[in-house]
Amino acid sequence: MTGYFLQAFIYLAAAVIMVPLAKRLGLGSVLGYLIAGVMIGPVFGLVGSETTTIQHFAEFGVVMMLFLVGMELEPKVLWDMRNRLIGLGGLQVGLTVGVITGLALAFSLPFGVSLTISLIFALSSTAIVLQTFSEKSLNKTDGARNAFSVLLFQDIAVIPMLAFIPMLAIPELVEQSKALAGTVEQHENYSLVAHLPGWAYGLVVIAAIAFVVVGGHFLSRPLFRYIAASGLREMFTTTALLLVIGIAALMSLVGLSPALGTFLAGVVLANSEFRHELESNIEPFKGLLLGLFFITVGAGINFAILSDNALVIAAITLGLMSIKAMVLYGLARVFNISGSDRWLFALSLAQAGEFGFVLLSFAHQQHVLPTELVQLLSLPVALSMFLTPGLFILFEKVILPRFAENENEQQADEIDEQGSVIIAGSGRFGQIVNRLLVSNDVTTTVLDYQASRIELMRSINVKSYFGDATQPDLLHTAGIENASLLVIAIDQPERALDLVHHVKMTYPKVKILARAFDRGQGYELEKAGADYVISETFHSALEMGKQALVDMGMHSFQAHQQGHVFLETEAKHKNDLYHAWMKSQEDEGHVSHVRELFMNLESALKEEMDKDRAGAHAKGERGWTPRPKNYSQD
Amino acid sequence: MTAKKILILFAHPSQARSEVNLPLFNASRMNYVTCVDLYAEYPTFRIDIDKEQKRLLAHDVIIFMFPMYWYSTPAILKEWQDLVLEHGFAYGHEGNALQGKQFLCAISTGGPKKAYQCDGSNHYTIQELLQPLEQTALLCGMDYLPPYVLFGARTALEEKRLASHLTHWQDILTKLINSEFAGIQFSKQDLLSHPECKQVKK
Repeated sequence: MTGYFLQAFIYLAAAVIMVPLAKRLGLGSVLGYLIAGVMIGPVFGLVGSETTTIQHFAEFGVVMMLFLVGMELEPKVLWDMRNRLIGLGGLQVGLTVGVITGLALAFSLPFGVSLTISLIFALSSTAIVLQTFSEKSLNKTDGARNAFSVLLFQDIAVIPMLAFIPMLAIPELVEQSKALAGTVEQHENYSLVAHLPGWAYGLVVIAAIAFVVVGGHFLSRPLFRYIAASGLREMFTTTALLLVIGIAALMSLVGLSPALGTFLAGVVLANSEFRHELESNIEPFKGLLLGLFFITVGAGINFAILSDNALVIAAITLGLMSIKAMVLYGLARVFNISGSDRWLFALSLAQAGEFGFVLLSFAHQQHVLPTELVQLLSLPVALSMFLTPGLFILFEKVILPRFAENENEQQADEIDEQGSVIIAGSGRFGQIVNRLLVSNDVTTTVLDYQASRIELMRSINVKSYFGDATQPDLLHTAGIENASLLVIAIDQPERALDLVHHVKMTYPKVKILARAFDRGQGYELEKAGADYVISETFHSALEMGKQALVDMGMHSFQAHQQGHVFLETEAKHKNDLYHAWMKSQEDEGHVSHVRELFMNLESALKEEMDKDRAGAHAKGERGWTPRPKNYSQD
Repeated sequence: MTAKKILILFAHPSQARSEVNLPLFNASRMNYVTCVDLYAEYPTFRIDIDKEQKRLLAHDVIIFMFPMYWYSTPAILKEWQDLVLEHGFAYGHEGNALQGKQFLCAISTGGPKKAYQCDGSNHYTIQELLQPLEQTALLCGMDYLPPYVLFGARTALEEKRLASHLTHWQDILTKLINSEFAGIQFSKQDLLSHPECKQVKK
């Protein structure tokens, strides 16, 4: 037990020290994690061979990331990118494999070995690339979108590669291992499909995918609704994890990539009302695991082998990256990716990836690659990942500024996109605000913590999401950074207050419009920093008061004017009352002062309404007074 | 000589569709000019009389800027007159707060200039149709200046007449600030937008 604590402490401490530092130096978090790994691994020797085990575990972060990526992509969007996915992705893998195989053959490596190496090197790092895109807010650029299609294709391509590589086994290596087989107990992998014939395997795979798609669509909602009704936040987290792990398990059982399965599930859930809540639950796990993964990559760099073969490894790393970058750049030309996006596309994918490690150890197990070669080749994979953040910095600092001037005109369009409004609470109040905004083409994101209410809103085609708006994570996934307004209409006064505090502190640019139940809460919201506060019953009560005046015989226009006088007198006394109220919060003695001021307001009201009409200065009627009876012009 | 302060009271209830008046209003933003968008300030027509009277006292030139609606001002500008020009302030016993200030209208009309004459479809000239405002100014003791008019406003943009209308207006505002219209006797037929008007007539 103590050992685990120590180990966890070392990993976490390394991350806590290095990552913020790297971020501050403008290197990005990925490089921070990698450096942290190098520190605790090869440099100080705090961690050893167990990193490989941890790495397998941490690869689950990639699975979670693809789930989250899937949730950002609606099925329609995915369908729209099918051409790029297959064309661009297929050509990238195909051409890179061709070039690297040719090169390896030129160095007189056997064909099987050459092909395997090229397959391993053709893959890029989904983890590093996507993490860096979102960290640097490049997600929406053309280059990043195309890079994503390629990464997705590669993740899918891993499956046939795993099936294909064993066919390249080297006979001598197989012989050697057969000799050993008697002594070493073989690890049998769990698999449902190991002994099935080809057609049955195909059926099982289709059934599994269908289960994820159909189940995700029809079963997830009742399940989440049931869990949400329990009102236990941690149960929601548990369910979200269960979902992701369940799908990953199912996919590995039938021999598919877990990342692909969860990606699919994510796409299916992209339209779900629980999307933002799911995202905010999974996100922290993904972040931790991915960080851990990057640390293990850094820790796994074997300095002994590196220094013995420094020149060879450097040559392989640079050769690998330049070949990949050139292939990508050429493809970007063919596929009309222009300007700075072409460079982003080419540079971002120029490394080998985490699946490279997987394939390397797999190829080793399957006797395709000899041990020494596997050890040697794992270094260029790790180093190229290590160099990727550097390429991103190169892109940001050198390439982007060159294109910045030319692209200014294009960018204007995107800024033109209307900032959205987040509405917290879709009850009787928030709902009306939302309807007015939506019918005027303002984009809104509605959040509510009552699943039944969301269901109701969805049944009348109002786009709304399940989730607790007072949770910072959820606000983040709902896009508060880019929102221009936050409307608070939630029922719990304390939570509304916390929300105002939090948003004003973290996102000072977001304007807050808040609904208060009564005068006291209104003052509290204002004190917390809300920009506009309205008492929910004030205006409707005033309307009813005016109607009562009309029913008592007052002319309706005059009643309307008196309503205005009421509003204006209230407004005039509001500041005094507010300050007195502030003092009374600190000092009990001031309560009587507030009462006194309130009585003042009442008498002022009476005075304004009652002013002598013959004197022509009753406030409600001022301005339409006829000239005095004794006035003569001529 | 000190610069005169100008108050522009702008009345346009449908600014999203405005092609002439809104650009004219925006072109008026310069030093010594206070620009008030009445519909924005009083969307419920609840005009703050004290505030408006203070504004009048603080300026030397009062300008109504509006599109002609049924030979008169848009509703809020009429409401403004009914409420703000009180007895005892603007007229009547001790009602001399506006005495000596200059007053003019900057307007646009849908019809072409030839419609505003006795044999045209509107039968009266624009000067004649504005007589209620002229008389209001006179009763308040103000100096009434000829109106600044853009005729045929619906096609001004297409016919590229707007740009010169705006620069000419800025020129007039500058002249008002520098008291260049003081003491000039205008005739009943004059328009500030008319080219001949640039020639000073004593």
